[in-house]
Amino acid sequence: MTTSLNLLKRGEKAIIVSFELDNVPLKLLEMGCLPGNEVELVQIAPFKDPMYLNINGSHLAIRRETASFITVEKLSHE
Amino acid sequence: MSKQLNVALIGNPNTGKTSVFNQLTGLKQQVGNYPGITVEKKEGVCKLPRGVKAHILDLPGTYSLNASSLDENVVIELLLNKNDKDYPDVAVVVADVENLKRNLLLFTQIKDLNIPTILAINMADRMDRKAISLDIEKLEERLNTKIALVSSRKNTGFDKLKELIANYKNITTEPCVNASVIAPEYFERLRNAFPKQDLYKLWLVITQDVNFGKLDRNEMQSISTFKTESKSNLKRLQQKETIVRYQFINGVLKETLSIDHLAAKDLRSRLDRILTHKVWGYVIFFAILLLIFQAIYDWSSYPMDLIDESFAAMGEWVRNTMPPGAFTNLIAEGIIPGLGGIVIFIPQIAFLFLFISLLEESGYMSRVVFLMDRIMRRFGLSGKSVVPLVSGTACAIPAIMATRNIENWKERLITILVTPFTTCSARLPVYLIIISLVIPDERVLYIFNLQSLVLMLLYLIGFGTAVLSAWILDRILKIKSRSFFVIEMPNYKLPLFKNVAYNVIEKTKSFVVGAGKIILAISIVLWVLASNGPGDQFDNAEENSIARMEAGEFPESELDKHIASQKLEYSYIGYMGKAIEPVVQPLGYDWKIGIAIVSSFAAREVFVGTLATIYSVGSEEEETIKNRMAGEVNPILGGPLFNLASGISLLLFYAFAMQCMSTLAIVKRETNTWKWPILQLVVMSGFAYVVALVAYQLII
Repeated sequence: MTTSLNLLKRGEKAIIVSFELDNVPLKLLEMGCLPGNEVELVQIAPFKDPMYLNINGSHLAIRRETASFITVEKLSHE
Repeated sequence: MSKQLNVALIGNPNTGKTSVFNQLTGLKQQVGNYPGITVEKKEGVCKLPRGVKAHILDLPGTYSLNASSLDENVVIELLLNKNDKDYPDVAVVVADVENLKRNLLLFTQIKDLNIPTILAINMADRMDRKAISLDIEKLEERLNTKIALVSSRKNTGFDKLKELIANYKNITTEPCVNASVIAPEYFERLRNAFPKQDLYKLWLVITQDVNFGKLDRNEMQSISTFKTESKSNLKRLQQKETIVRYQFINGVLKETLSIDHLAAKDLRSRLDRILTHKVWGYVIFFAILLLIFQAIYDWSSYPMDLIDESFAAMGEWVRNTMPPGAFTNLIAEGIIPGLGGIVIFIPQIAFLFLFISLLEESGYMSRVVFLMDRIMRRFGLSGKSVVPLVSGTACAIPAIMATRNIENWKERLITILVTPFTTCSARLPVYLIIISLVIPDERVLYIFNLQSLVLMLLYLIGFGTAVLSAWILDRILKIKSRSFFVIEMPNYKLPLFKNVAYNVIEKTKSFVVGAGKIILAISIVLWVLASNGPGDQFDNAEENSIARMEAGEFPESELDKHIASQKLEYSYIGYMGKAIEPVVQPLGYDWKIGIAIVSSFAAREVFVGTLATIYSVGSEEEETIKNRMAGEVNPILGGPLFNLASGISLLLFYAFAMQCMSTLAIVKRETNTWKWPILQLVVMSGFAYVVALVAYQLII
């Protein structure tokens, strides 16, 4: 099921499918946010923003707005 | 003597690069600035096998060679400029064994620059616990490099690393990824246009907005024709490049690295659950802040009293031992009390830097950024503004430089503008001495010291004003900018004693030396101004006082005091103080405080030293600074000069006024215009005056 990254719930995993390049900083790509890589939503901050992710082994936080430009394929529950 | 070997340490943030640097150089290191910019430059010397000496440069942490901040620019500007005197003979890329994949991205980029590159894999001590195994030999072969597994915590592997550095000539400069595959045609055109230049370097020159010294004007012009590719097209190519590099890295790591993921789930998730919890997260953060203030106020008072008394004793010793005369007076009345006014604050400043570096080193600071981002954004700030605001409690200058990693310009500008409201360590001297004079030393609820509560309140006022003015600025400033926000959440680490200790020593030293120079100069000027006067009244102070004593105005025992205060009143500084007295009188200050405030516009911490120097000239007995201030009498109303009303008024004035020339200079440099620092100076100081005025008039 494809959805956007900001709609994941805590603990859910997904595979990155694509993103709007102009709305995603290069730094994020360099930290591993690339199509085909796995992403896990580790934690959401109070007030629902930002989101704490584990992308391909890199732990980082981005804002919900940026996450909404990233399309992912949800992995079924493990 | 043979030429020194130039070594550059390069690596992602949070890989322990600085601890590797500390291990290699020990205390033989110095911290300065890159010329013209305020990026910190750390360098040191390391002894290698066979008597070779290496000059080690610790470059700012960066995730890649695509620079997005001033600090990162420093890295590529150096690596692209062969004529730079620091251009490395060999680069050491420091990687964290748990984040090898991401760290290798930077490694492959450096390798493509044809610089001999050694890979130092740090935190090797964690491998067992995390069930990580590495095939080093194979990894060396695939990456065309030599690898040293090091642990700065256990101090292992450094002999090997030094050996590798000494033998850097054995390392091939062959790249491991060919970047030109991302757009063969484009790169072919580049190659034809610049047959002599290295392709990857050209590519970096095209995509980065930095200064490159070595390209001459002709080349620069033809290079600009390659920039005609649209920005988003270039970014697309950069994305492709990143993908190509990761493909290579994934392939290499598949053959050489194995991680047992089950063993890797651990402390991090458990700690994160508590530290970023929607209730406990904030409770813990505020508890830590409270602890810091308690330490600064309560715990450091013992060493401070000791220092205060020692300086008083030293002044007396100088006066009694050295031959009497102007020079002795200058030392005993000008320099020693002035310096005492700064040395006394070393304990607090050290405590402050100790806590800040513990928070940074442990990885906790990123969690605070994560927790606070949503809240801060409501005020036009970013979660990353927390770091400048918290480190602003040490000093606004590094704090303003720390705003560089805020991606959004508007959020960054607002952070720069409001950071000087946070209570910096230079305000502490003023707060501490005034609080101890006007606030009773009592316990509230048996635990909290009333004085440290007032101090905490002042810190809160600072933060509160910063946040509130951010909110106002957010509404006023019309700047459109995109809000990119990416922050790494590093592993939790037990801070290394060595790193923390070096940091505390280094920061405290530069604070004391920096402030000490200003204070020494001002003390001397003040002493000269206070010990000389322009007219007969000054020259005849002694005879006039004797005449008044003989007329029965005061007993003989007070003669010395009268002469001294007469002299001070008719000295140059006395006249200057009288001139500004009408301005400061409504706030409850006398002319001496007025002088201290004026001289604090150079730097706030001068306040105490100035008063110490003025009072010292005005009295003959040796006394501690605090006792002298307590003994001052309000010339108009009688009673102690430092009472609740004037004390609160002074505290508030110092809380808000912009009294730091260095901060203004940094703001000018970081915003590239005088508009913002002038705005800060006028608005903050005007506001301070009004608040102090209202407070005094209400309390009195």
